[in-house]
Amino acid sequence: MPTSLHLLADAPAQLLPARELMAFTLASHIILVPLGVAFPFITLVMHYRGLRRKDATALLLARRWSAVMAVQFALGIVTGTVLSFEFGLLWPGLMGRWGDVFGVGFGVEAWAFFLEAVLIAIYLYGWRRLKPRTHFLLALPLPFAALLGAFGILAANSWMNTPQGFSLDSEGNPVDVNVWKAIFTPMFGPQYWHFVMAMVLTAGFMVAGVYAVGWLRGRRDHYHRLGFAVPFTIAAIAAPVQFVLGDSIARSVFHKQPVKFAAMEIVWKTDTRVPEYLFGRLHENGTVSGGIKIPLLDSFLAGFSANTEVRGLTSVPADQRPTAVQATIAHWAFDIMVLIGSALLLLALWYGFIRLRHRRLPASRWFYRAAACAGVASVVAVECGWIATEVGRQPWIVYQNMRVAEAVTSTRSTTLWIMLGVVMVVYVFLFGSFLVVLLKMRTRWRLADAQQTPSGSPMPEADIPYGPRGSLPADDVPTAGPGAGRAGGEGP
Amino acid sequence: MTADLIAMVLLLAVTAYACAGGTDYGAGFWDLTAGGTERGRRPRWLIDRAMAPVWEVNNVWLIFVLVIMWTGFPVLFETVFSAMWLPLALAVVGMVLRGAGFALRKPTQRLAGRRLYGAVFAVASLLTPFFLGAAVGGVASERVAPGTELSADVWTGATSLVFGLVAVAVTAFLGAVFLIGDARRFDAPDLVGYFRRRALSSLAVLTVLAVVTGWVTHEDAPYIWHGLTRGLGLFFVLVAGVAAVATAWLLLRSPGTWARVTAVAVVASAVIAWGMAQRPYLLPTSLTVADAAGASGTLTWLAVVTLVALVVVVPAVVLLYWLDSRGELEELTDSELRRPGRAAGDGAAPDG
Repeated sequence: MPTSLHLLADAPAQLLPARELMAFTLASHIILVPLGVAFPFITLVMHYRGLRRKDATALLLARRWSAVMAVQFALGIVTGTVLSFEFGLLWPGLMGRWGDVFGVGFGVEAWAFFLEAVLIAIYLYGWRRLKPRTHFLLALPLPFAALLGAFGILAANSWMNTPQGFSLDSEGNPVDVNVWKAIFTPMFGPQYWHFVMAMVLTAGFMVAGVYAVGWLRGRRDHYHRLGFAVPFTIAAIAAPVQFVLGDSIARSVFHKQPVKFAAMEIVWKTDTRVPEYLFGRLHENGTVSGGIKIPLLDSFLAGFSANTEVRGLTSVPADQRPTAVQATIAHWAFDIMVLIGSALLLLALWYGFIRLRHRRLPASRWFYRAAACAGVASVVAVECGWIATEVGRQPWIVYQNMRVAEAVTSTRSTTLWIMLGVVMVVYVFLFGSFLVVLLKMRTRWRLADAQQTPSGSPMPEADIPYGPRGSLPADDVPTAGPGAGRAGGEGP
Repeated sequence: MTADLIAMVLLLAVTAYACAGGTDYGAGFWDLTAGGTERGRRPRWLIDRAMAPVWEVNNVWLIFVLVIMWTGFPVLFETVFSAMWLPLALAVVGMVLRGAGFALRKPTQRLAGRRLYGAVFAVASLLTPFFLGAAVGGVASERVAPGTELSADVWTGATSLVFGLVAVAVTAFLGAVFLIGDARRFDAPDLVGYFRRRALSSLAVLTVLAVVTGWVTHEDAPYIWHGLTRGLGLFFVLVAGVAAVATAWLLLRSPGTWARVTAVAVVASAVIAWGMAQRPYLLPTSLTVADAAGASGTLTWLAVVTLVALVVVVPAVVLLYWLDSRGELEELTDSELRRPGRAAGDGAAPDG
């Protein structure tokens, strides 16, 4: 107790707002990341299906998804730019000392991201004029660019967890940097694949969830079935893979970051035959209250034997490990993530069973209710996974080499609190507007579909994607009175 | 050696951002000054249309700049972000609002909503380059050194003020010149003249500001003044001057693609002149390239990464700009997002 009070008193006043600001902006950005990384892939699968089977509905879905992608990707760029500024605005100490050790990963990320921005622009705006084949082929590198971007970010983050590839001189500054070692740190592999799968899974469930809601409301045509089945199948394939990867990364944490593992499992003393707690709360004196205790399970999970020794938090001095509160947060985040992951696995198995056995989509309303929630649940799981890895590393920003308190900016805490307030207001506006825009798009499409279906009138040629490559129709230029709508032109 | 190379890459990335991002901010500037809803309808329509396919790419250059800064010159990054905290924080808030305003304006159909997002986008387009310019001005006028703490006078000096204004004028100039070409491309002859007048007047403003900048740097930023008046610095100043005259001439005659080239040359040479004048310093008179350089292994790898980026990204960017300038890139219209007339669905239940 006294130690932790002492630590709190030592921490500079700007640490808390800086941390909150970083946490808030990153937590918001993370919501968009699955869409940024895996949505293009899912859209391309749909696009391929549309081209291959000459399925106009699949092509329509791909087009509509790309319209959503346009807005979402723009917001992702914006919130991502904020993060790269925050490295300097909030953690100048981290970048000043370690920038040249772990920065090359970001370099890879920057150009991968650049490539992604270019390709996405071509894809989004290429529907009308490019030849179908050219259009599809130009978009094919997109998922790879996304994977490469994730590579850079995860290299940097895993380096913070298990830093290596340098030695320290007498003043404690890094010398003899080995870039290769600094990128491929012990935690890199497990973190990277776990992350990529999480993105595919989350994006799949998020997109499918929209159509699951439609199914529940009685919209069960080809359009909704397709919109549900393609992303859900992708997610359902990813779910079991993710379960295995998740299990393996937990064991990597156990081996490479024992203190974080102890926090995630609230293990106080190093011991064998350690019980597993589901939830529960760790106190400063090492006792655990609440939660469900399962004897021996933690040792068993860590090393497949009840005799596996698990290091506890007390194996390092109090100022080098997460506090009891932090450990509890990491523990809850970890448990929630695992629970959600298991639930999603069951859902995926349910789906897989019916698909393979009966060659159709599930018919149960409960299945679609669960599927509708799966998107949100997987976003929660992603957030929890991130919280577990970041809070579990405390008080270090670079594990065992730099404390968060040493990295923080010297800007006055008042300024930072104001900045946090401003950013929160702006982000609420941003994400609120994003949601409103998405809902408006949906309503508009639904209205358009409702009008279109009965009349069945063919559309003017210029409006058919991949149509004739003539000049723009003259009526594209807005000349009508106010309220006539958007630039860019309306159909009739 | 490698450090000099990376410093050059950094300067070129800054130049690219100044040109690409500048054009983009400039479009926002003309959006802001286009007048009321009715009067500004056509210019805004053109701006929206011209910017949409390329604005994201234009802005990604900045991420490049930041990454090269913190990987290649960690101390520079730390120092600049500590000393210039406020202008940079304001700039990033501006960027968020701008990007969001632009991205959200397009899919919004109600006039009130479009107005709100449009205003946010336009105002932020003005403020962001100003604050970025002010930060650069603070660096140029020797107000930033390793260890400098955040304080108002670091970025509110005369040079900062002038650089901020120059940044805004540059964006307006580039924006107008590029929009002339877009107006022609989208068959809007009235807007060609409209933006030609604006390009010429912003070039005039820019010329006046250039003279003021010379005078202010002479007083306030002696090292930069010294560098700009001799050697490579002077050379690029002269190139910028020649390019400006050429642009004016082209604008008066028949503005075509060449006006774009000369306009970019004006801005690029000005930025490079600043970089040359600063040599060998990253932060004039306190931090040299050699002192700020990160670990040599990292710099080598950063050079490799940059080379790969050149090989991979440049063709992609060229392809994008090429497709864009040929009018191959076009937004999906609403009717394309409707279901095809002959319902493809098996229609178990009508949708709606």
